[in-house]
Amino acid sequence: MPIDFRSRDGILRFVRVLTGFALTIALTFLGLLAITFFIGRVVPIDPVLAVVGDRATQEQYDAMKIAMGLDRPLILQFVSYVGDVIQGDLGRSVSTNRLVAEDLARVFPATLEMATIGIIIGVGLGVPMGVTAAANQGTWLDQGIRVLALLGYSVPAFWLGLVGLALFYASLGWVSGPGRVDIFYDGVVDPVTGLLLVDSILARDWEVFRNALSHLVLPAAILGFFSLAYIARMTRSFMLDQLGQEYITTARVKGVSEWRVIWVHAFAPIRVPLITVIGLSYAGLLEGSVMIETVFSWPGIGNYLTVALLNADMNAVLGATLIIGAVFIGINKTSDVLYRVLDPRST
Amino acid sequence: MTPLLEIDNLRVSFPTTQGRIEVVKGVSFTLGRERLGIVGESGSGKSMTGRAILRLIRSPGEVTAERMMFDGTDLLSRSERAMRPLRGARMSMIMQDPKFSLNPVMTVGAQIAEAVRAHETVPRRALANRVREMLEAVRINDPDRVARMYPHEVSGGMGQRVMIAMMLIPRPDLLIADEPTSALDVSVQAQVLDLIDELIVNNGMGLLLISHDLNLVARYCDRILVMNSGEVVESCAAADLHAATHPYTRGLLAAIPKINETRDVLPVLDRSAWSGT
Repeated sequence: MPIDFRSRDGILRFVRVLTGFALTIALTFLGLLAITFFIGRVVPIDPVLAVVGDRATQEQYDAMKIAMGLDRPLILQFVSYVGDVIQGDLGRSVSTNRLVAEDLARVFPATLEMATIGIIIGVGLGVPMGVTAAANQGTWLDQGIRVLALLGYSVPAFWLGLVGLALFYASLGWVSGPGRVDIFYDGVVDPVTGLLLVDSILARDWEVFRNALSHLVLPAAILGFFSLAYIARMTRSFMLDQLGQEYITTARVKGVSEWRVIWVHAFAPIRVPLITVIGLSYAGLLEGSVMIETVFSWPGIGNYLTVALLNADMNAVLGATLIIGAVFIGINKTSDVLYRVLDPRST
Repeated sequence: MTPLLEIDNLRVSFPTTQGRIEVVKGVSFTLGRERLGIVGESGSGKSMTGRAILRLIRSPGEVTAERMMFDGTDLLSRSERAMRPLRGARMSMIMQDPKFSLNPVMTVGAQIAEAVRAHETVPRRALANRVREMLEAVRINDPDRVARMYPHEVSGGMGQRVMIAMMLIPRPDLLIADEPTSALDVSVQAQVLDLIDELIVNNGMGLLLISHDLNLVARYCDRILVMNSGEVVESCAAADLHAATHPYTRGLLAAIPKINETRDVLPVLDRSAWSGT
């Protein structure tokens, strides 16, 4: 039911919906905090040892344990942790010796930039490919798209990354190599959003923009290829399901053009399940592909999280997990809102 | 005057792992601006006959016929693209269940309007008026409100009236009604059929009513074809149905319960009586 803003009841209803929405987000987030926190405390990693080193005396060790607040009961630790998180304090990273929040503000945009370009490629090509495959089921076009999608499932990311670099960077020289930007351009534009493409546009520095883009295009295209494979397969199967429905026959009986049958009658109902697939796929990319980030020396969250894990840097691990969880919550809630807009059957 | 529809030796087949199976085996009939009923049990090929006329059987299904003429034009030789101006505009089909045959994410009004827009360019306001008139013609009381509703918001009977409106709004010459009331409550069935009947007769259209209900077809049609496993076994005037001679038709008629009878067990079809025909 659409919300009527002209009536008092309508506005009240809107406020109620919004409050409920905020409450579910808060609760989900609290659950996420609890799970990451307790897993972080249960794993057999001693955070005190990680700070003081294994040659510290018992006194130094105990003093640090009290300083870190780890002598208190677990539940109290959790309460103060939640309090800190709400204030934006995620603690200090042992390995970088900087605030985790600062680290995340630096690494997350790098992943965000790559994942966003990747998902745009994945959706922009994957959806039309899936629809085309379904509309031409059983033809060579369908087979070709299916083979391509299967490749996206079976080719290892690091292999594709290395081959891509060898071909397009080393041999052909069409793109730049690993890293976000050439060392020469590093730090030229002020980080406003942390997204290098956006920042260079804001600074009107087209040279940096071009350079950053030529660094970004290959890893983003590879990520795009993987999400394309998934999105195309799912789109194809959703479409096949719709094309077998009776109302598709109805549309054909009316004399509607085949293009309209496919893109209006069959495609409109699959938008809702497709949003779920795209949302999850995007969230998966935002988690950071460790393989791609490693091959391309990309300073993203996947890399950061891996390094933090290897160094028993619990604050950094918890912080990064929290960001990834928040991304999932955010994307799920956005999909929920889009469902309501796109499907008249949901109220 | 040439008949509206001439079908000669229509065959529909589908491939299976055991080779091609014919589901319609050489059906022939002609239809003028009259009401012709096709009856038969499930799987007798009656629906496939209806769909084959609109050329809706898609690959790997195969349709062949010696002759398939609609109003003097050959349906068989037409390409898929050339079928489009005929579909909806000249010949149309009412489907069985409005729950499945209406697009769930388009409003009722938009779906009816689309049936017109697929064939002619009409200004928006004139189109809205035509949709409203058509909804009134199918006895929908509050046409403007209903036009804005989605299929899940209307009842089965109303959904089927929407379907009728959608299929008749381009004013076709031939209407195929494929079990138009099987998904409806008995109380609504008669209303919907009376409505179809009235609109067909008033507009001088041809009707092909496909049903498994002998009484219903006898009541609303001029002539009846009885189909069994892909073949027409009996063809007679609706009034002469009681005098049908084929054992299959006799068997079907004998199995209809009557309101004032005391039979405990209804007879079962004795298929050996006509196998081999």
